[in-house]
Amino acid sequence: MLGAAPRRRQGVALGAGFKTMSFDPVFTFGTIAAAALIGTGITHARDSSSSEFPQAVAVSELVVLGPGSFDHPQPGEFLKDNHPVAAPIVQETIDAPLEIMKYQVSVSEYGRCVADGACKPADSRKSGNIPVTGVSHIDAETYATWLSARTNETWRLPTDVEWAYAAGERFRSDIEGDESEPNNPARRWLAQYRAESALGRKPDPEPRVQGAFGINSRGLADVAGNVWEWTSTCYSHATIGSGGKRTASSIDNCGVHAVEGFHRTYMSNFIRDGKSGGCAVGTPPDNLGFRLVRDRPSLVQAALRRLGLS
Amino acid sequence: MLTRREALLGSVLTAAAVATIGQLPAVASAKDVAGLPREKVTLVAPPFVHAHEQVAKGGPKVVEFTMTIEEKPVIIDADGTQLNAMTYNGSIPGPLMVVHQGDYIELTLINPDTNTLAHNIDFHAATGALGGGGLTLINPGEQVTLRFKATRTGTFVYHCAPGGAMIPWHVVSGMSGAVMVLPRDGLKDDKGKPVHYDHIYYIGENDFYIPRDEQGKFKKYETAGDNYDDTVKVMRGLIPTHVVFNGKAGSLTGDNAMKAKVGETILIVHSQANRDTRPHLIGGHGDFVWEQGKFANPPTKDLETWFIRGGSAGAALYTFLQPGVYAYVNHNLIEAVELGATAHFTVDGSWDDDLMMQIEAPKAIAS
Repeated sequence: MLGAAPRRRQGVALGAGFKTMSFDPVFTFGTIAAAALIGTGITHARDSSSSEFPQAVAVSELVVLGPGSFDHPQPGEFLKDNHPVAAPIVQETIDAPLEIMKYQVSVSEYGRCVADGACKPADSRKSGNIPVTGVSHIDAETYATWLSARTNETWRLPTDVEWAYAAGERFRSDIEGDESEPNNPARRWLAQYRAESALGRKPDPEPRVQGAFGINSRGLADVAGNVWEWTSTCYSHATIGSGGKRTASSIDNCGVHAVEGFHRTYMSNFIRDGKSGGCAVGTPPDNLGFRLVRDRPSLVQAALRRLGLS
Repeated sequence: MLTRREALLGSVLTAAAVATIGQLPAVASAKDVAGLPREKVTLVAPPFVHAHEQVAKGGPKVVEFTMTIEEKPVIIDADGTQLNAMTYNGSIPGPLMVVHQGDYIELTLINPDTNTLAHNIDFHAATGALGGGGLTLINPGEQVTLRFKATRTGTFVYHCAPGGAMIPWHVVSGMSGAVMVLPRDGLKDDKGKPVHYDHIYYIGENDFYIPRDEQGKFKKYETAGDNYDDTVKVMRGLIPTHVVFNGKAGSLTGDNAMKAKVGETILIVHSQANRDTRPHLIGGHGDFVWEQGKFANPPTKDLETWFIRGGSAGAALYTFLQPGVYAYVNHNLIEAVELGATAHFTVDGSWDDDLMMQIEAPKAIAS
């Protein structure tokens, strides 16, 4: 499980932007870890036969999205004047090209990590080019670490903002009742409950072949199908200043991360089956899977790599 | 799953609560409460219970409690089997809180940042918000304060209920305890005559589900999260590996056996947040037993064994008449002996030949 030490939420949100990543404690950690792995990867490349490499690299078809800005309902739970309120909508900016997998990681791709002894077998018995499901946040991170080492590149889970940007018109935030009545907290619970049941989504547990849920306007496949995707964004409780929309303070719980799909919700890192997380009514994730983003190496990293120093 | 799910759990309950709350002048009531005397109580670890009056002195008050949630490994049997426990205030079960009907319980719940999971508390004694669960979900590094009115008398379970699959897992990891709401004028027997106790003991019974390795040995995990997958598989079998009192097999025996004297009256509060149980005092009885734990109902008398429904707490009053060692067990004897649900009382005093005597010691069968 990731560290549960409280982190400033602002840092996590900033992590979406490529240029600002050095301000982001979560991302900075990821970068350091990845840098260490790049070293490992090179050593490994020298030691082993090259035949097994092209396979692992070739399968990940990427979509590259240009920079842009969009309005985004923030993830987490929000309090204003000590009462829960709907998530504030904040303009987010993706300020460098975002390279994200067109498809969710497949059973066969994930299987290579399992065969390599790095990943735990997933809790599903599918095979081939079907999205891997029955994987936890921990599994997804392990896969990203493994893939980074194997490809000598930096792969990681998208942040909530990156995922939303790539999901485009298929993004749906937390299901909110849009009601906040300080003297009667039950109003909000009831509104939320009714909003969720009004969506009328039926369980759809069988993962389908990649592409079965179509391509969105950004060129990504299977967004908001029946596989919810892990992100690197921690669950948080935030307090909004009484003046406006700005987050005054927040406490992150990085033992729980945002998962995205038909709607955004939050799951403990070790959960592999989203259904078991739900109760009889509502919209529990049918399945848990993931897709990754690839970070472009910074100029320094690229230079070091060319010199064979990293 | 967390937070978005919890409202789904008890929508009917919530709707009912709304109907009730809607008729109350919420603002006026908050003002009234502000004028009440306050008392700060320091909780003590079970089987002991914080000092309290059995008959209330004065009018209703606000009773302040604080509990800190501790996630930590604990040993649950003599073989050293480890549970990645989640605890209220460091103990399994969590402490018993005692107030009187009409008092307000004001709990500050703290989830230190050394913990890894989000937690909350669902009081069966409370009305609305999923027993308070809907208003108390806190991440590591947070604390929350909830106040609720103790409207009904009796013994009531509290437990962690952070949504979906987290609920049973947190409960079978140790997160339950009990509240006792006494009538203002104290306990009464079946005829309405006041009764009192010299000692009170709180026994929380827990069912644990520890995964085993290929050799059949209990597995040990670094953190609670690591055990989740394996533990849920065992939980789904519904057969516990351990059924214990006070968090550990043998925790209320030997040096830790509960104590009483002949002629003393004890009240035993027994809770089980998850699974049915059937307490029995070997060699004794339940003089007055509130099986369902609710003091508005007259106690049943002279019970040999009583039944505590999973998700409830009951209370049994007994006056010891004979000295000796008494075993207090879950009278599914397999659970008592093999799985751990046994406690002991040591009772000092004079033997009563009228009640029992050995007329003839064992000897060879007379031909």
